[in-house]
Amino acid sequence: MLKKTLVAALLGSALALTSAGAFAQDASKALRIVPQSDLKILDPIWTTAFVTRDYGYAVYDTLFGVDVKGRVHPQMVGDYKSSEDGKTWTFTLRDGLAFHDGKPVTSADVIPSVKRWGQRDALGQRMMAALDSFTAKDDKTFVMVFKTPFPMVLEALSKPSSNPPFIMPKATAETPADQQIKETIGSGPFIFKADEYRPGERIVFLKNTKYVPRKEPADGTAGGKVVNVDRMEWVVQNDPQTAANALQNGEVDMLEFLPPEQYAALKADPKITLDTQIPSGSFALHLNRLVPPFNNVKIAQAAFMAINQEALMRAGMNNKELYNTNTSIYPTGSLYQGGKTAYFTGKPQFEKAKALLKEAGYKGEPIVLMNPATFPVLNKYPSVMAALLRQAGFTVDLQSMDWPTLVTRRSQKTPADQGGWNAFITGWSYADNFNPMYFAPMTGNGDKGWFGWTTDDKLEQLKGEFMAASTDADRKRLAEAIQERVYEAAVFAPIGEYKPLTAWRKGVVTGLVKSPVQVFWGLKKN
Amino acid sequence: MLAFLLRRIVATLPVLVIVALIVFLMTRLAPGDPAAAILGDNATAENVAKVRANLGLADSLPVQFGRWSWQVMQGNLGESFFMRIPVRELIAQRIEATMSLAALTLVFTLIVAVPLGVIAAWRHGGWLDRSLMGFSSLGFSIPVFVIGYVLIWLFALKLQWLPVQGYDRMSAGLWPWLSHLLLPALALSVIYIALIARVTRAAVAEAMTEDYIRTARAKGISEKQVLVRHALANAAVPIVTVIGIGIALLIGGVVVTESVFAIPGLGSLTVDAVLSRDFPLIQGITLFFSVIYVLVNLLVDISYLVFDPRIRY
Repeated sequence: MLKKTLVAALLGSALALTSAGAFAQDASKALRIVPQSDLKILDPIWTTAFVTRDYGYAVYDTLFGVDVKGRVHPQMVGDYKSSEDGKTWTFTLRDGLAFHDGKPVTSADVIPSVKRWGQRDALGQRMMAALDSFTAKDDKTFVMVFKTPFPMVLEALSKPSSNPPFIMPKATAETPADQQIKETIGSGPFIFKADEYRPGERIVFLKNTKYVPRKEPADGTAGGKVVNVDRMEWVVQNDPQTAANALQNGEVDMLEFLPPEQYAALKADPKITLDTQIPSGSFALHLNRLVPPFNNVKIAQAAFMAINQEALMRAGMNNKELYNTNTSIYPTGSLYQGGKTAYFTGKPQFEKAKALLKEAGYKGEPIVLMNPATFPVLNKYPSVMAALLRQAGFTVDLQSMDWPTLVTRRSQKTPADQGGWNAFITGWSYADNFNPMYFAPMTGNGDKGWFGWTTDDKLEQLKGEFMAASTDADRKRLAEAIQERVYEAAVFAPIGEYKPLTAWRKGVVTGLVKSPVQVFWGLKKN
Repeated sequence: MLAFLLRRIVATLPVLVIVALIVFLMTRLAPGDPAAAILGDNATAENVAKVRANLGLADSLPVQFGRWSWQVMQGNLGESFFMRIPVRELIAQRIEATMSLAALTLVFTLIVAVPLGVIAAWRHGGWLDRSLMGFSSLGFSIPVFVIGYVLIWLFALKLQWLPVQGYDRMSAGLWPWLSHLLLPALALSVIYIALIARVTRAAVAEAMTEDYIRTARAKGISEKQVLVRHALANAAVPIVTVIGIGIALLIGGVVVTESVFAIPGLGSLTVDAVLSRDFPLIQGITLFFSVIYVLVNLLVDISYLVFDPRIRY
């Protein structure tokens, strides 16, 4: 009896398993993408998290967009003009714009959306401070009048990365800027399925069949946002190995960001394609310029002289094909890359650093270098940086902590031995720093600036001149001057660039749009 | 019996209050600011301060604790700082996956571990006993993620019989549900099989030395009946206790397995909440786990009445 039962059970199991077959085919009904991280926040103005920004681009639309090179193009705007004195800007929305609930997008939606963004974003705050009036002429036309000419208006309205000025319905946009919005209705090419939202598991979008794309080909966040799939699912995966396995097994179609440790295995798989959708991002060493010893600019410069970009990036990215060195503060291939970098070479200059430390009177005070040990993307660099700093003559106290502790601690302005800090390394995407006015850490306004709080009037003056410049040549010249000043004032220094690889199933997924940020229109599932 | 249940339920309340207070204080005293985590790298200090105030984190600790306690007394565990979704709803979203994984793991464990333990006790000191206990030690020694990856490699990537990752709800059908759970439950059950087989072996082996076993054998009862009806039945109390602890651990502590198989369960929800400093979520889940632990312990205590008629409450 027992034997019969066992045989029946085994046969039944085998039949069930066989009929289950390969799981790859079962998952073909929707485009399934593993996002860079879990989507927990649904307000792209409230947070600067990249995954929320990417969600924002799917659900909302922007007045202007940028191509992969960072050039501005109209998106929701059809026509626009500036007065001769550069103070008055008139914009007209293009035809066919509508929110997901069917209501048309009007000037009454645009104005509070831009104003809410202007309360949160640093460039937006500058623009709002320069504004004299912002009014609706009619349902489709709105006018911005500035107190003084503001040539950066298009760059501000097309700002591609956190935070882009997404246009929301009036009622949503009137939510106080320090509160998270509750609605998810936008006018973008995808509709967010709120009833299927399961953070930590799955985020679902449907094609907005009523979206009217622009006629131009898609390029970055500009051009025709044509959606070629009916349904897109973001499948949240915390384990990189599992994500790679799921891709190889056909359970997901694409990994938005390929972890370096999976590169070799997926590159060798003929069923998988690896390529870059977004240009290289960077990592940078940030110093606390408010407290000793880095409040002495020579000591801060000595720290940057210790940087060995090649060694640091090799440690972080494992494979030569996944990184490159770049001494410019602007990303490789961007409009302003190049120019002078003062003393900074990206290669170790230990003897020069030692001489500078001696000249500055450094007496071996310990440098607290924060290491986000639980953050795989960042946790390889600090130990290498600590070794380099020691070779340059610094005493380094490498302290491991989790990322939330690091972001809390970096806001402390007290000396390192009183709960403060001296240095940390973090990453930036291409869209964050191809324009000096977009880059959060590029501040010289002391404790009103980004963490590190460099005080440097000349840097602020150059930024002001850049804001006021209206020709490409002037902007290029000023961008280069800003770069040189960043090094002279020891604001921050890049430790190298990473290539953000995307992986997808060969022949199954096509149509990836090159862009400064992750976008999902254009993708096809064959 | 009723008086016992009432006593136990009343005794639960101070436990929950103490747990709530400790968790509240730990979240507030540990480093890490949810507002900074919410806003991300590009945020300014001014914006962080505004969001802190908006989340109520600028209030004094007694005010914050009082506000949360009042919510909990009204059956409201609060709202996630990040997702702005009620904690109760987030737990409800994840509980099916966790309970399903725990139940299937328990089934595998009981089917394998108890017979193995009994057989080992029956052949105590023999080669079979030593072999089984050797395998048990192996089960303890291999990390669950290693077992998980090996199972994925074999059954998902090579044979393509089962999916690598994810979870389908029961409402999607029996096979989709089961197919996503077989590998994680197998991986997870190895360590529990090792544990419960050892406990069963020790308890049954001890029972086998008792006088009533000798009496039963003297009466001519078959060896199978001696083992199952007399030895195992009398060894049930420690086995059930360990199973109870196992259930409690399975519900709250299978983070690695959930991560390896991308199962959206309560374990990963807890870790995410801690890593992002989502205070209401940490507090709500911990309170929920406390209730589960208390309930499981209560059930274990009640089960003693079934397995050992001498016990009275």
